[in-house]
Amino acid sequence: MIKNDFVVRFAGEGGQGLLTVVTALSQAASQVGYNVQTFATFPSQITGGPTWFQLRISTSDILSAGDDLDALVAFNEEAYREHRGEVGGSGVVVYNTEAFDLESDGKSFGMPFGELAKATGNNRAANFVVMGALAHLVGMPLSMLEEFNRVKYTRGRASDEQIVSSNNHALALGRDEAIKSGFSLGELARPTRPEGEQILVNGNEALSLGALAAGLEVFVGYPISPASSILVWMEKNLVGPGRFVYQGTSEIESINAVLGAGYAGKKAMTATAGPGFSLMSEGIGLAWMAEIPLVVTDVQRGGPSTGLPTKTEQSDLLTVLNPSHGDISIPVIAPGTVEECFYAAVMAFNWAERYQGPVVLLSEHALSERQKNIPKPDLSSLRIENRIVYAGVNGYRRYEASELSPMPIPGAPGGYVANGSEHDGIGDTTHLPARHVQMTERRFGKLKLLEDGSYEEENAQAPVTIMPWGGSKGPAREAYEQLAGSGMNVGWAYTMYLNPLPPALLETLRQKELVLVPELNYLGQLSSVLRAQGVRAQSITQYTGLPFRVRDLVGRIRERVNATQREGVTA
Amino acid sequence: MNRRNPEYDFKWCPGCGDFGVRRALEQATEKYLIETEMPVEANVVVAGIGCSGNMVHLLEGPQPYGFHGVHGRTLPVAMGIKMSRPDLNVVIAAGDGDFLGIGFEHVGPQAARNLNVTAVVMDNGVYGLTKGQSSPTTDLGVITSSTPYGKAEVAINPLSIYLTMGVSYLASAMSTKIKDMTSLILNAMMHPGFSVVHVQSPCTEFNDTYELLKGNRKKGIEPVAWSVPDGHDPEDIEAAFRIATSDGIPMGLLYKDASRPTFDRQIAGLTEKAGAKSAAELMESYAI
Ligand SMILES: Cc1ncc(C[n+]2csc(CCOP(=O)(O)OP(=O)(O)O)c2C)c(N)n1
Ligand SMILES: [Mg+2]
Repeated sequence: MIKNDFVVRFAGEGGQGLLTVVTALSQAASQVGYNVQTFATFPSQITGGPTWFQLRISTSDILSAGDDLDALVAFNEEAYREHRGEVGGSGVVVYNTEAFDLESDGKSFGMPFGELAKATGNNRAANFVVMGALAHLVGMPLSMLEEFNRVKYTRGRASDEQIVSSNNHALALGRDEAIKSGFSLGELARPTRPEGEQILVNGNEALSLGALAAGLEVFVGYPISPASSILVWMEKNLVGPGRFVYQGTSEIESINAVLGAGYAGKKAMTATAGPGFSLMSEGIGLAWMAEIPLVVTDVQRGGPSTGLPTKTEQSDLLTVLNPSHGDISIPVIAPGTVEECFYAAVMAFNWAERYQGPVVLLSEHALSERQKNIPKPDLSSLRIENRIVYAGVNGYRRYEASELSPMPIPGAPGGYVANGSEHDGIGDTTHLPARHVQMTERRFGKLKLLEDGSYEEENAQAPVTIMPWGGSKGPAREAYEQLAGSGMNVGWAYTMYLNPLPPALLETLRQKELVLVPELNYLGQLSSVLRAQGVRAQSITQYTGLPFRVRDLVGRIRERVNATQREGVTA
Repeated sequence: MNRRNPEYDFKWCPGCGDFGVRRALEQATEKYLIETEMPVEANVVVAGIGCSGNMVHLLEGPQPYGFHGVHGRTLPVAMGIKMSRPDLNVVIAAGDGDFLGIGFEHVGPQAARNLNVTAVVMDNGVYGLTKGQSSPTTDLGVITSSTPYGKAEVAINPLSIYLTMGVSYLASAMSTKIKDMTSLILNAMMHPGFSVVHVQSPCTEFNDTYELLKGNRKKGIEPVAWSVPDGHDPEDIEAAFRIATSDGIPMGLLYKDASRPTFDRQIAGLTEKAGAKSAAELMESYAI
């Protein structure tokens, strides 16, 4: 049987090298031309604790992590018990006999991971043992993995040859064990290399690359899961003259430092998650009020307060739209895929510079850790926008106009006071009613400049449309394709530009009988935002800390659509 | 604003110490511009929230750039500006509540980094703008609107705290002694590193300490303020500590260490070998 798709989960405890295996296997598979996508979930302790990683390898573009496992690699008994229920009908469990033993259950086979590695003379080759076994299960020629091994470990060191040969030996030992077991999952179709150059990145890396491509020069952030990897990436890479990167002492320091940088003419960003975002709210209000361009990345995790630091959720939308006290409406761009993380970052800077104010780049845990091959962005074709800078003489009234006006940069003529209190044309504090009216309208009026967001729309004449946001895009898309494929008259809409929504999209959404919004929160946050804008929207919610399963979505959407057809909508 | 602005409706009360601080800051800036041949627009005043922070709107003469943000965050904003543009002269104007109350957490880190900015702190021992509540420098037992039965905390000693945290230039000044204050602020601007000029700037409305600071011979009141002795070596940190922890309030230059690298220099040195990386180069490192 030829398979186009292979889903494997590695489950065990933190510190057992699970990440190494999944990284190696995804690198190997992507290198020979497969599409790959990983899913990770961590315990919040540093070492130990139940951990699992999932990898999907496919001959076509991947939308979700995959509902059913073809293979489960269990590093300990707890992992076996916890995850075996998700192994599909014809799936196989590979387990480590050094950790536990099983009566035959008809779909498992064991091998001693460490002992086999030891036999190669390289104790660290256990991941290659596992890869060898998995390769056999899906009929992948070992030569593909050997090639990956050769490329990866040819590093110009004396030990290279020894490591490569022991790893190859480990591959063969793992394969032999799988042969002995008699199990097979069929044969994974040969890869058709995706067109054009590809890169293998996770969401936070794609986002960071996008920020740099957009011209980021200043980054200040405070460590917090799942945004820390952006800070670490920046600390390493955003160095050199004209740039500044630093770990702040808090999110309050971070946002205010980034405010200073934006005011001083730099493209500046900070990145955080829910708890840090809450601390930044006063500063974001200041950026809106004083009209200072900057980007705040919020990589969402679960729950209010400290919540679920290492799980995924889409529950910060209402907060990022209105983070601060007072009349305010913050532009929000929420990427839905690893590739979109790159382009969303570029656009976030374009928007911030264009309307001279704060923009929130709203990512989420599931995207931040997800490794995926994506087409390499073509830097030369990116449209990068820079702010309109005041180039006149002193005596300028920076805030006088009732719409956007050129921004003076310290060091050059045009001195004014960037003021978080309500102000007049030169930035002096004032309480005059006419000024508050003018400035409020000026600030909201600038949002009109941001109505160029792109969107997807399919089967637009259907009365019911599925419109996910953020990381729920992938599973929702897979569900949509299944439902539409089975003859259901259902539409598709999607945009990463959540505020302001693209006006043309909003117009068509208002014509719908029902817009169904799959989203990972309890309140139904995007649907409430849509309802406030005159759309008959309802949410399909989930708040487990995990992404949607395609199967669940298919069932729940079908239920809602059928109910709508029976009863009609009275929204 | 450099002339009367009818839209701006804030005023310092008659006799407010901040008038004197303004005069000194204007004169120090003027001298700084002459000495460094910088244009006025290369100066940025980052203001706190309070009566004192209104300094940024009340400066007369050629206008620097200003940033009037939220309460307590002058130092982080100043870091963002200075580290983006080390060529700018960044001066903070803040009150005791702003700098040492809500914003206190930012003093230590900037001292450790030796951020090259100057902070002029106007200490009136009270929250002026919010009408007379107690501040970190209000004395134990003092009755204010928020301590109707007397303040339950001792007053902090700002000078010894600055020294402990590693501020690399520390001066103490009196709002009525404009000439002394001018030269202390000017030298603070010239100092390579984090400089603080802590000014006693009385509030006539809620905490009038003029008499206490200057004394009144007729009434037999000894002045609380005294001058740092002529022979004091400002590079001697132990002597500076002795002065800071003596009774009363010393006036003058307490401490100065010009040998420490500034924050921007430190980073430039550490990252020199790493070299600047472009988006294109970084992208390449992820190629499949
Ligand atoms: C976050 C926040 N909390 C409280 C206030 C109210 N507030 C404005 S000024 C001020 C105190 C100012 O005291 P100080 O810094 O000593 O300045 P002064 O008016 O005495 O010069 C307070 C509490 C505020 N603006 N923002
Ligand atoms: Mg005060």
